Amino acid sequence: MSPVSLVDIHRVLPELSWCVFGVVLMLLQPFLKNRQGLTFVALIGAALGTLTTSVAAYGSGFGGLVQFDTFSLFFHWLLGLIAFLVILASDSYLEREGLDPAEFYALVLFATAGMGVLASAQELLTAFIGLEMSSISSYVLAGYRRDSIKSSESAMKYFLLGSFATAFFLYGIAIVYGATGSTYLNKIADAEPSGNLLRLGLTLILIGLGFKVAAAPFQIWTPDVYEGAPTPVTALFSAGPKAATFALLLRIFGTSQAATDYWFWAFWILAVLTMFAGNLGALVQGNVKRMLAYSSIAHAGYTLVAFAAVTTLKRNSDGPVPAYGAALFYLASYALVSVGAFTIVSELGGKGERHLTQEDFAGLGTRQPFAAAALSLFLFSMLGLPITAGFFGKLYIFNAAIKSNLLWLAVLMAINSVIGAYYYLRLVVVMYMYDYKGPAPAEGTEGLSPTAAMVVTVAALITVYLGLLPNHVLGLLISQNPMVTSR
Amino acid sequence: MALTGHILTFLIFFPALGALALLVLRKEDERGIRLGAFAISVVEFLASLLLVGKVAIGTPGYSSEEFSRWIASPAINYHLGVDGISLFLVILTTFLTPICVLASWHGVHHRIKEFHVALLLLEVGIVGVFLSLDLFLFFLFWEVMLIPMAFLIGIWGHDRRIYAAVKFVLYTMAGSILMLVGIVWLYNATGTFDLPTIQKMVQTGALLLPARTEMILFLAFFFAFAIKVPLFPLHTWLPDAHVEAPTAGSIILAGVLLKMGTYGMIRFCLPLFPDASHRAAPWVAVLAIIGIIYGALVALVQPNLKKLVAYSSVSHLGFVVLGIFAFTNISLQGAVYQMLAHGISTGALFLLVGMLYDRRHTFEISEYGGLSTPMPQYAAFFLFVALSSMGLPMLNGFVGEYLILLGTYQVHWKWAAWAALGVILSACYLLWAYQRVFYGEVTHEKNRELQDVSPREKWMLIVLAFVTLWMGIGSTDFTRRFAAPCEAVLQQMNRNVMREVAVPTLPEQKAGRAAENSTERVASR
Repeated sequence: MSPVSLVDIHRVLPELSWCVFGVVLMLLQPFLKNRQGLTFVALIGAALGTLTTSVAAYGSGFGGLVQFDTFSLFFHWLLGLIAFLVILASDSYLEREGLDPAEFYALVLFATAGMGVLASAQELLTAFIGLEMSSISSYVLAGYRRDSIKSSESAMKYFLLGSFATAFFLYGIAIVYGATGSTYLNKIADAEPSGNLLRLGLTLILIGLGFKVAAAPFQIWTPDVYEGAPTPVTALFSAGPKAATFALLLRIFGTSQAATDYWFWAFWILAVLTMFAGNLGALVQGNVKRMLAYSSIAHAGYTLVAFAAVTTLKRNSDGPVPAYGAALFYLASYALVSVGAFTIVSELGGKGERHLTQEDFAGLGTRQPFAAAALSLFLFSMLGLPITAGFFGKLYIFNAAIKSNLLWLAVLMAINSVIGAYYYLRLVVVMYMYDYKGPAPAEGTEGLSPTAAMVVTVAALITVYLGLLPNHVLGLLISQNPMVTSR
Repeated sequence: MALTGHILTFLIFFPALGALALLVLRKEDERGIRLGAFAISVVEFLASLLLVGKVAIGTPGYSSEEFSRWIASPAINYHLGVDGISLFLVILTTFLTPICVLASWHGVHHRIKEFHVALLLLEVGIVGVFLSLDLFLFFLFWEVMLIPMAFLIGIWGHDRRIYAAVKFVLYTMAGSILMLVGIVWLYNATGTFDLPTIQKMVQTGALLLPARTEMILFLAFFFAFAIKVPLFPLHTWLPDAHVEAPTAGSIILAGVLLKMGTYGMIRFCLPLFPDASHRAAPWVAVLAIIGIIYGALVALVQPNLKKLVAYSSVSHLGFVVLGIFAFTNISLQGAVYQMLAHGISTGALFLLVGMLYDRRHTFEISEYGGLSTPMPQYAAFFLFVALSSMGLPMLNGFVGEYLILLGTYQVHWKWAAWAALGVILSACYLLWAYQRVFYGEVTHEKNRELQDVSPREKWMLIVLAFVTLWMGIGSTDFTRRFAAPCEAVLQQMNRNVMREVAVPTLPEQKAGRAAENSTERVASR
């Protein structure tokens, strides 16, 4: 392996700047007592990491360990945007809950850096490091409200099950290495795909990553962890790690390895189970945060439908690959909507996150028209109504599924969309058609804080923009082939 | 005028702009909001009348077409057009909206601004559905329309409004999401969302689907439309939605929304899936006839006046579906006519029932009786509208039902014979209800003091009565405009059936030709 050169550094500039700013924040903490100051530094860090991608040139670094291409460019932008919005949304939350901002922001940035590594990794051990970076930061973030039992429970559960999943992943890497003699994705892609040992290794990897994206039957931890974690952290969980892990899954299974019935059925079954587990679970939730957690599982299921389409398209070797674009577009649209929705939930929860039941949202349409309208928009996008990003997300996935003759999967997804419609609409109905019956709203529920309002506005604008003119983003995604590039 | 080239765009988005303008008004300025909404909807109505001159008489095809690219991949275009069938449905929509504003003048007391914004947004969706010539655009408006309607029912409705609103949305969405799958499938088979292009491909045989595929696609579309119509046994959302909706909501729902379903059948199911339509026709006809008789029988025993009118819609729309699936020119014309006539007369019935509710806050027939004594003018209007709804000659309902039965009789006399029962039953339930509400002694003391129609109400009813009469005696003013498009729909179906028997095509050729065809079209643009 050659010594690290400037070019190599170039390839990981985003991750580097996120890490540097994380460290800077921790160092600043003793000196800078001003919360807003720290938020400001963190915001600059998140934005700068993303902006460095514009000076980076495409290519591989560190002897092929990481690859910087359109695919990773897309994910770095998405992850940077998520980190930016989450930090902005956390500002008022941390103040309300009396939590320490510096470590929080540092952890968010470290987690983002880890996800960035995941998105551009070309080698399994590098990916493992990225996964660990993001996971360990996430465990701490989940338990950041130390005085809350739920938060501690959340961290504990996430840590135990997460470590378990990581072990699967690592074991899978070991077996894959045993089967192919390499941990580089392009070498694995070239290996004979029907070897049993390789298949076993990849299955273990799929299980490990399945935990991280909350695919059923590995989704059990999700509702508890999402509910217990501080809400801005939940926003991060539902958007960032999910997107980054899906990126890695696409890199691994978007290769010739996937071109077998075996993987096709694996993804088919995962997709169906995940959709139903998420939607049926969400149906019976009275707690809004928990409902959104279950819905997040369902959306992972929709994304997996695109994966099943990827595997068939590869099998049929049928021209362009719209399924990648569909998966990426869906991830982006859901990530934004999810951050927006959780931000509103975080603001409305009040001190200690006590006001999260459906009843607490009753009459929101008259009490807080802006928050209610924005939350409705996000719910409509999750539901897939037109002029929102979610609509085109669903449309592209439908299109990919039907193009690969996965009619049943498309129909099952359609049925799930209708189930989803019920619980999303129920919340809209509660907000607009019921009257608030509880005690006088507690402090902190008066209205969105300016920073949260900014987050919500940005997320809403992008959601509508993608819902009207999806082409600008999608064109970028479809024209490129975000595959493992052999060199 | 620059506007003339974009009259359809104007028609779709003017109410949206109007809704934005209303948002600027102060919440307290109730009169200003109502007047503003009324002015906007009247301007919209007048603008829609301009379309009458644009649609050529005697030749099928779309006029005032607008086309621009919207999304490159998948190729979604902003393609609008109007023909004789959609023309009157658009005008019906724009005609009923100002009446809805007037009907809510005293009936809607809270969140007045939001109410009128929702009403105008609803108009955007409905007009968009009727004018879209791109499958995708059509679907988009179809979905967009859902939310304002759900809000109209759920916020300004009666006691069980929320249940009714959610039920309405879920039913419609269950149908439409399958239609979306169908649309996407069709897109993958043809490479385009453009309706005229696909129609042409079906007609010329460039697109020949296997029988099973065609049937599945037909069902995906038909299911969505049948829920909307609603066809028996998918009608159960309708009584709830109607009874719980505010008067304006019921008028729009019965007047126009149900017609989106039958319009969809004429515009999409028949020309795009001709063989499947032929094969499904007997089943559909049976369901339609069951709907006609069942709706009428249930209406007969309803103690609730508004529910009675709601079930009469199930019955009347059964006629429309029967007329469509009899596949004769006369019955199809009758179906289109019945759509319009039902829009006017059932809209008027809901308006009248709503007026009673404004006064007594109940729909129970037993609460009324002898109303013709305190409210003679109201009773006269009610009788007139009821007679038109049951199909008295010289009034609008007669023309549609007569044409449908005549056209159906020519091909399936049994269908017509069963359906004719519905005509008799409709006379039974309407006249019986009329007798119980208006004749005899005044049975409740409260009813003695009821006010007769106010000038505002009277003018609405006079206008509706005038249209009812005009459609009854001047029916050719309408039919001559949609006769040719109806004929064209049938031509597209039959020619395809004949040609398919003559020249079987190989799958490879089909695919190749389909691709050629679509590229040609793109190039020609």
